[in-house]
Amino acid sequence: MLMRTSRWVGAGALAALLAGLGATPIAVASEPTVIRSVPIGNLRVLDPIWTTAYITRNHGYKVWDVLFAMDANGDIQPQMVDTYTVSDDGLTYTFTLREGLLWHDGEPVRAADCVASIRRWAARDGMGQSLMSFTESLEAVDDKTFTLQLTEPIGFVLDALGKIDSNVPFMMPERLALTPPTEQITEVIGSGPFRFLADEWVPGSRVVYEKFEDYVPRDEPASLAAGGKVVHIDRIESVYLPDAGVAMSAIAAGEIDLHESPPTDLLRLVEGNPNVSVIPNDPQGFQLFMVINHLHPPFDDVRVRQALLWGINQEDFMATIVGDPTRYELCPAVFGCGGTNESDAGSEPLMTVDVERARSLLEEAGALGARVVMLDPADNSTLHPAALMGAQALRRMGFEVQADAMDWSTLTQRRASRAAPGEGGWNIFITNSTATGIANPLSHNFIRNCEQAWYGWPCEPRIVELSTEWALETDQDRRAELTHELQRLHLENVSYIPLGQYKPAIIFRREITDVIPGPAIFYWNLRKEG
Amino acid sequence: MAAPDTLSRTAPPSPGGLLRAILNTWRFARRHPTVVIGGGLLALIGLATLLAPWLSLHDPLEINPLARLRPPSADHWLGTDAVGRDLWSRTIHGGQVSLVIGIVVALLTTAVGLVLGLLSGYVRWLDAILMRFMDGLMSIPAILLAIALMAVAKASIVTVIVAITIVELPRVVRLVRSVVLSIREQPYVEAAIVVGSKTPRILVRHILPNTIAPLTVQATYICAAAILIESLLSFLGAGTPPEVPSWGNIMAQGRIYFQLAPWIILIPGVFLATTVLAINLVGDGLRDMLDPRFARRL
Amino acid sequence: MWAYVLRRILATFPVLAVVAFVVFSILHIAPGDPAAIIAGDQATPQQIEAIRASLGLDRPFHEQFLIYVGNVLQGDFGTSIFSGVPVTRLFWQRVEPTIALTITTTIVTLLLAIPLGVLAAWKAGSWIDRAVMSFAVLGFSFPVFVVGYMLIFVFSIQLGWLPIQGYRPLADGFWPFLRHLILPSLALGLSFMALIARITRASVLEVLSQDHIRTVRAKGVPTRGLLFDHALPNAAVPILTIVGVGVAILLGGVVVTESVFAIPGLGRLVVDAILHRDYPVIQGVLLIFSAVYVLVNLVVDLLYVVFDPRIRY
Repeated sequence: MLMRTSRWVGAGALAALLAGLGATPIAVASEPTVIRSVPIGNLRVLDPIWTTAYITRNHGYKVWDVLFAMDANGDIQPQMVDTYTVSDDGLTYTFTLREGLLWHDGEPVRAADCVASIRRWAARDGMGQSLMSFTESLEAVDDKTFTLQLTEPIGFVLDALGKIDSNVPFMMPERLALTPPTEQITEVIGSGPFRFLADEWVPGSRVVYEKFEDYVPRDEPASLAAGGKVVHIDRIESVYLPDAGVAMSAIAAGEIDLHESPPTDLLRLVEGNPNVSVIPNDPQGFQLFMVINHLHPPFDDVRVRQALLWGINQEDFMATIVGDPTRYELCPAVFGCGGTNESDAGSEPLMTVDVERARSLLEEAGALGARVVMLDPADNSTLHPAALMGAQALRRMGFEVQADAMDWSTLTQRRASRAAPGEGGWNIFITNSTATGIANPLSHNFIRNCEQAWYGWPCEPRIVELSTEWALETDQDRRAELTHELQRLHLENVSYIPLGQYKPAIIFRREITDVIPGPAIFYWNLRKEG
Repeated sequence: MAAPDTLSRTAPPSPGGLLRAILNTWRFARRHPTVVIGGGLLALIGLATLLAPWLSLHDPLEINPLARLRPPSADHWLGTDAVGRDLWSRTIHGGQVSLVIGIVVALLTTAVGLVLGLLSGYVRWLDAILMRFMDGLMSIPAILLAIALMAVAKASIVTVIVAITIVELPRVVRLVRSVVLSIREQPYVEAAIVVGSKTPRILVRHILPNTIAPLTVQATYICAAAILIESLLSFLGAGTPPEVPSWGNIMAQGRIYFQLAPWIILIPGVFLATTVLAINLVGDGLRDMLDPRFARRL
Repeated sequence: MWAYVLRRILATFPVLAVVAFVVFSILHIAPGDPAAIIAGDQATPQQIEAIRASLGLDRPFHEQFLIYVGNVLQGDFGTSIFSGVPVTRLFWQRVEPTIALTITTTIVTLLLAIPLGVLAAWKAGSWIDRAVMSFAVLGFSFPVFVVGYMLIFVFSIQLGWLPIQGYRPLADGFWPFLRHLILPSLALGLSFMALIARITRASVLEVLSQDHIRTVRAKGVPTRGLLFDHALPNAAVPILTIVGVGVAILLGGVVVTESVFAIPGLGRLVVDAILHRDYPVIQGVLLIFSAVYVLVNLVVDLLYVVFDPRIRY
């Protein structure tokens, strides 16, 4: 590091000297390549296991590496793992780490680090919890090898360890991984392709990463989160610009190289600008969905929940939060459209807009004019308009809606309350997820039922049974059947309501090439000319 | 924001000056068109906001996904915002919020400030504590204090009013106190004390009347300041709840679209500035009328 | 005189104590438990309780307050709940843009407002006077952010002369640094300018009507010399006072200006902190802002002695 710095200084001094002597200024080859990018939000928390916030997940992908990762075909490929074996009975997994893996402090990566990291992740993550419920033991054999012993031959071990969405099972040094899962790590040390520069971190404004020179990438070409993480840049300066308009002008003016989440409406400002490329971020995109509290009236009555399906128009929501029709699609599938588990079973009520029918169903159930408390995250530029639209849609059906505005962090606390809506609880809120994150019954945290249920607490025992069956099933055709049945049950019981799928774009300067589109922007593989 | 004048307004008009001043209003208004302009503008804005329900072409809360970010047109006189709400309707409804907050804060600050100021000017031991407290409040930048106060309770119009009142209070307390201190040195008040008049009687008979003129002027400025602070609070996301179409909220919601749809910010901004300007003009006029010494000087 | 200076210096302490108390109490009664925020969505009540204890939040109010004051006196303002970074470090990271903005604004303001005020006083009653005074009233009425957006609209979007927003540290070169500060300084300075112009005019008029000036005038000294050699120095005291008062307006305005122009300074730090309930940061920055205000006014009061030898204490 020190050497490299002095080399830059030396080159700079040389250039200055030449310029001073009147020589033709020459391109300085060793000038560091810096990517200045605008992240999706303000990085407040540095621990990607402690929070599911996407901004922290994206930070995690730079700093930490993973055992397995998902490639562009949705298959799970080894990443830090060199080889692995599964016993014939499907109960024993043995993993061997690649050679040459180092932490950013120079220590080698050991199997014990991975064991501790998996444990800490599994204490926070839903899929991790499922994995642990079938786990007999998880132990390091030697420095490079560890084993996972299961109680039943489940089909999702690699899916869990290669999970692409929050919480991603990032591998951390043991001393960090031993931090209680409810507390945040105090040091940012990983074995990923970039080092986090703690000294240059200006919270609320700037996060700086530097290429980790000792990172050993895999030989395969990069593919989504999998493959060789070859880094062609020296530094990432991630600059948080709270005003989206500013960010757009900054990229148009070349002050910024890449913007990870430009608001769709503002894309017009750079479309047609020959210096700026606009590409879809994640081929899958995001699902917007309405979360319903099943514990309290009026939505403890399944008929009332079903009435909502008839009264809701996905188009309204998509047009309000996205606008441009080429960037969204209507989608009834709870596991997302475009993925392997897409299904439209039981979607007629959701995809038909019939407000009159909704009203008459409500009338039958005696819920016409019922009071509904809706949580409105007013500081969120996507979810706030969605909440406004939701309130309007509910009013149209004949509910009396009380929209409680709050900031997002307050909402995340309030939604955990099981109290009655009038006493600090709630009836409805709207949020979103990457479609990748909800692509199957195991990774989809938001529609778990009964004991494991997320906020909203739906409970249909058949759903729990079928989800477990899905997890244990290894036959793909049978899994597809189960998926259809789950889709039908989720909509019939109205676990939650999908409101459509949309595809945000990323924009970057022409000099940038080889960007990997995905749920997070990975900074490996991409190049910057000049 | 109207701090400049506190310094010069400590001198009280002579007793009876108020009446004369009011009688002079008409003559004054003809000589000083600012009051007429200010008052006229204010009346116009007040009228528009009062009649908002009838002047609106659309429900100010109605979302229309098909008419987002529209520039001003025949159907939407001032255009629409990012979720297709009509800005003309929102802006005139927003005026209600701003004016109500301005007026209530002015009244509340004056009432509470009057009581505290009289106490402070009259009760020596209380004075020291109260004034240190007021000094402390005044040394926190007003906007920051107001936002911090907003963090205390759930955002609502009432919270905004209370927060701004606390922020503006020290100014009134100091003003009243200084009037009390200067009046109680006056021979006629000293005489009343010697004769044995009860304190409340002295306060009501001699001191209160002298505070009315400067307080009226100050209240006007506080009204303007309150409207400004409310808009700033809402603009920063710590003011009236976002579903309330206040001017600050409308502008805050238009921020990210500024380059595409500058009217979302500029139109409520112009309404806001005009309102504050009108109130300031009225305040200046009142000051000149009620404080002849100061008026001569300016 | 020294007794006065000492008394004046000592008088700042109770004010700062009150500020600390007020700020601390506000945040103490605010809902939203920092421990719950730190613990995250999935924490159990026991875990939250443990965190409360480790932060000392389970102690009685007065104890917490005294501990806080004790720490502050040792220069420890606590650490941010979210980032875990010490407040003092956050402060130093953010202080440059704020100082730069405040200083350029003050310079721009004084350079424009004092001549305007003197001009208005000199030509009192003329159309120039009226124009200056109208400008002053207008300046008061336009909120900083409306002015800011209007300036951006005209000079950055329509004319393309200046950057839309953002900040460049001085280390990047003086011109880029200055270019990014022009519009923010004008936006922030407008109401301050209105204030100073008004006071300058009033003070100069007041001085012009005083006896010794009349005497000088009677001796035949030309008006222009009179204005700058006699009237302005004598008007300095009230102008200075208002500059002191104006710092409060500036510090408040900085918060909004930084937000409009996306300047990563202290104002944005504290607004972000307030919106996300990062209590140690709010407390620290409010305290520091207030201390600056109190100190500026202290300096102003002490400068009286220098500027106006007639004042004796």
